[in-house]
Amino acid sequence: MQLRDILKRCGVFFVIVWLAASLNFFLPKLSGQDPVRTKLLQQAQLGGYVQQGIDEMVKVYEVRFGLDRPLWQQYLSYLGDVVRGDFNFSIANYPRTVADMIGESIPWTVGLLGMTTILSFVIGTILGALLAWPRAPRWMAWLMPPLWALHAIPFFLLGLILMYLLAFQVPLLPIFGGYSMGVNPSLSFTFILDVMRHATLPALSIILVATGGWALGMRGMMVTTMGEDYVVFAEGKGLKSLTVFTRYCLRNAILPQITALALALGQILSGAVLVEVIFGYPGIGTLLFQAIRENDHFLIQGIVFTVIVSLGLATLLLDLVYPLLDPRISYRRT
Amino acid sequence: MNGFTRYLGRNLSLVVGSGLLLFLLAFVVVGHFIVDVEDARALSVRPLQPPSWRYPFGTDRQGRDLLAVMVAGTPLTLRIGFIAGILGVGIGTVLAFVAAYYRGWADTIIRGIADIGLTVPGLLVLIIIAVGIRGGLSVNQMALVVASLAWLNPTRTIRSQVLSLRERGYVEIARMSGMSGPAIIFFELMPNLLPYLAATLVNAVSSAILASIGLEVLGLGPIDAPTLGMTLYWVNFNAAMINGWWWWWLAPTVIIVLVFLGLFFVTVGLDEIANPRLRKSA
Repeated sequence: MQLRDILKRCGVFFVIVWLAASLNFFLPKLSGQDPVRTKLLQQAQLGGYVQQGIDEMVKVYEVRFGLDRPLWQQYLSYLGDVVRGDFNFSIANYPRTVADMIGESIPWTVGLLGMTTILSFVIGTILGALLAWPRAPRWMAWLMPPLWALHAIPFFLLGLILMYLLAFQVPLLPIFGGYSMGVNPSLSFTFILDVMRHATLPALSIILVATGGWALGMRGMMVTTMGEDYVVFAEGKGLKSLTVFTRYCLRNAILPQITALALALGQILSGAVLVEVIFGYPGIGTLLFQAIRENDHFLIQGIVFTVIVSLGLATLLLDLVYPLLDPRISYRRT
Repeated sequence: MNGFTRYLGRNLSLVVGSGLLLFLLAFVVVGHFIVDVEDARALSVRPLQPPSWRYPFGTDRQGRDLLAVMVAGTPLTLRIGFIAGILGVGIGTVLAFVAAYYRGWADTIIRGIADIGLTVPGLLVLIIIAVGIRGGLSVNQMALVVASLAWLNPTRTIRSQVLSLRERGYVEIARMSGMSGPAIIFFELMPNLLPYLAATLVNAVSSAILASIGLEVLGLGPIDAPTLGMTLYWVNFNAAMINGWWWWWLAPTVIIVLVFLGLFFVTVGLDEIANPRLRKSA
């Protein structure tokens, strides 16, 4: 791969980042909403009376949040902030910064999605390969219809059903949250066990759905690969069927799966927003849900931006690494 | 006719898929006769009744008859999906043909936008858009919001199909015999892509429905419309799961699952028509 291609790909990445930042900045402005006023009015209503000096308070807060300056100045300073990774304060939870709140929820999401993505990839790929292998046990054919069916269902719906069966009807597992209430997060054995117990249901609903997708993809690739001439030739040479299966078919069929895995890992932050919301799991998705409820648009922007950048970064890395995995790919003129 | 039924016998997924969708259609049509759709509004019936002869699907906390909600909501959700899907595939097809048939700078721009757009997680962009125009989104506006990203995927997949088709011999001959560009697109390329376009459409409808339900569950949907996604939003909002009101989420969940399964099997079936090479492996 040449320097020019690398630079081009990095350029695309920065365009994505810039577009995301601009979209983030301008779209909420178009809505004509006034988050500061909304929040203050809410507070006043909670207090049970209408505050007299609300207009003055709005002014003070707008100066503090920098919302009183002309739009282009706000835009430029916003871009500057974004570069420094500063997403401003949360409007709904004022003294806390957006970066802080996002940083706190990222490990939860990355932990859950990282584990489920890799597990479902491994299980699904093995299953898919076996499904395409003529010597696989007969009963495996029966796995196809349920895998297909599960694959078509959204994560969070399966989550609802599992939640009812395994947490409500038969209270095996906790129904809600990332850890038990009243427990202080610490690195003790009991706490980790608690976290794992809470993560089981969301993880299960993701794995059951995602495994089907991986299996179907792998099976499709295997079927194509097994029709290739070199496989026929290998069989003709009298190689053991297991050798043909692993060395000739599997190895070649797995490449597109690895591309897909890299892309799926890039989507770790946005992959299961709804699952998190349904289970009240303290990750990015739930944070986003709360931010939407509280009309906290700095927080919404921060989350969306973080997710888009992480995905862009993953795509960039994949583009750079892929030629090493598959020598057939080169970025010379296509 | 005989050949047609025999083909259906081989293409089981198409049969199962359309069967599921027809079943839902029948449910909605029959439902309109046996239940008053007005009961899908809040405060129409006694709240929180478990399923009974009078309310086969039970009632929710705000006093909606859930059977009425399902009868009224299923077509609404499908409408969002179809409007967004048709718009998406329509725009995508036009852009794809322009890009792939004429190539040049149009292709560069269209492909660039589609490629960059597809790297960005769709649901999040939709969230930003929906948050931006929040405040009484109607069902049709909801469809438009979803459609704003629904053209990206069709554009890219159709473009690559057209790219391979335009090099075929018969297109070459049409071009040499002086046929104009639009005529070639409509009379030579389009007919050959129809099954593929149909599969793309069903796929687009399915992802549009998924996106709309996602927005609705997050509370960004049409608040007063009884769509399936909004029902799930209320389920979550009222913590129906923990309170043991199982009938409230069971009905929308089953119907959404049926919708997705139906659309999925139809896509698989159409794929088989569009791409006969799959027949061997299925």
